[in-house]
Amino acid sequence: MTILAFDWGLVIEKLILIAVVVFGSLGIALYTTFGERKVAAILQDRPGPNRAGPFGLLQPLADGIKLIMKEEIIPTAANKWLFILGPALAMTASLMTCAVIPWGSDIELFGRKIALQIADINIGILYVFAVVSMGVYGIMIGGWASNNKFSLMSSLRAASQAISYELAMGLALIALLMTTESLSLKTIVEQQVQGNWWNIVYQPLGFLLFFIAALAECNRTPFDLPEAENELNFGYHQEYSSMKLGFYLFAEYINMIMSSAIMASMYFGGYDLPFFDESTVAPNIAAMIGVGTLLIKIVLFIFLFMWIRWTIPRFRYDQLMNLGWKTMIPLALFNLLITGALILANL
Amino acid sequence: MSTVDILFYPLSAFAIVSATMVLISKNPIHSVLWLILVFFAISGHYILLNAQFLAIVNIIVYAGAIMVLFLFVIMLMNIKKDAEPQKQLLVKLTGVIAGGSLLTLLIAVVKQTAQIQNKQVLLKEGTIGLIHPLGKALFSDYVIPFEISSVLFLSAMVGAVIIGKK
Repeated sequence: MTILAFDWGLVIEKLILIAVVVFGSLGIALYTTFGERKVAAILQDRPGPNRAGPFGLLQPLADGIKLIMKEEIIPTAANKWLFILGPALAMTASLMTCAVIPWGSDIELFGRKIALQIADINIGILYVFAVVSMGVYGIMIGGWASNNKFSLMSSLRAASQAISYELAMGLALIALLMTTESLSLKTIVEQQVQGNWWNIVYQPLGFLLFFIAALAECNRTPFDLPEAENELNFGYHQEYSSMKLGFYLFAEYINMIMSSAIMASMYFGGYDLPFFDESTVAPNIAAMIGVGTLLIKIVLFIFLFMWIRWTIPRFRYDQLMNLGWKTMIPLALFNLLITGALILANL
Repeated sequence: MSTVDILFYPLSAFAIVSATMVLISKNPIHSVLWLILVFFAISGHYILLNAQFLAIVNIIVYAGAIMVLFLFVIMLMNIKKDAEPQKQLLVKLTGVIAGGSLLTLLIAVVKQTAQIQNKQVLLKEGTIGLIHPLGKALFSDYVIPFEISSVLFLSAMVGAVIIGKK
């Protein structure tokens, strides 16, 4: 077999890593839906889901079974193929982001050095951007294929919102990249592990802009215009039922997890546990501590997302566009200028 | 056969089939979606050459931004398949002959170019497509063309804003 003479160990290692990361994110997303309902309940001073299992912990499973068991309806006037493609694309695009996130430092297993990252590519962050811009298609195709005015309007809203905030997000990131001088997420995290300060110290305004843009990209409140029930009934997934609807809702939660992971990696040190010297413990234990630290950071960000959702009302559409184009982009450009000037002055 | 061959032929077949589907799809939305797949296949080829930056920019700009605009326009204008104008046979035939002649000409020119004859494609290990070499080249050797093209983009933006205000 000279055809496939490559390192099979690497292939198996990556396949296992992909399976763990994908199913891990799905599992976390499942419990994020539960967390969302509990956080909402706490903020609104009511008990929340507490019937299925102890403390209602089996609620996500019950919801999942309910969604799968529901009747699947494809409207007669809908474009059948695209109607199915929509939720599939939304799900795929949101899961693909996890390929470049570094989950921890290297571990050693069976004499092999295994990086806890699916692919450390030269263009790391740009890859995330490419995948994020693909996510729009799931919504647009689904909304159009439903053959429903409200769905179409909602998907157009979603697409223009995503495009507008992608710009601010990109500009906020360029300022960060100017300080890190690398696009690889692994390198950026390693710099923060070795350096004294996390990137948030150098880029506070950049982080704020990135966070707001991430809220908009995930269609979270106060930017959940595409799902504005009182104007558009239910938004782009109005015609969807059963697990296809579930996929759309689920993709939103996975997007939330992924953007939390990216923000944690780029601005908050990724798997770096503060005030702790990783070199004092065995590499495998250090890696496990790193994975745990990153997960805690992700959970904190997700909580922040939820806290905002249940505190702030939704924007009007013109306010959303004004904020995106007339406030965020000029601020991001200003941040870029300041960063450039400081780098020139060697500060 | 190496891994590169194994990836190259399916990718090429994928690109050609998708490109054909762009042409023969009756529904314009389907054409746009097939075109997105063509861009993905071409990005795959860039990755085979280790031109990672080009591959990802191709996806961000073409598949991610320009095709979204195409979809916008087609969805809002609601172009149906029966509304597509049917050309006469003579016109179609002329188009095929003209396009075929252009293709033959281009292939002939490329085949005879002295600069690329007997040259091997640098697969997998070339570093010119990575970010650092590319940035160095753009901002040192090619800085004037680069700046001029950015002025071109700026004027296009100003033009778009002015047209949009009317």
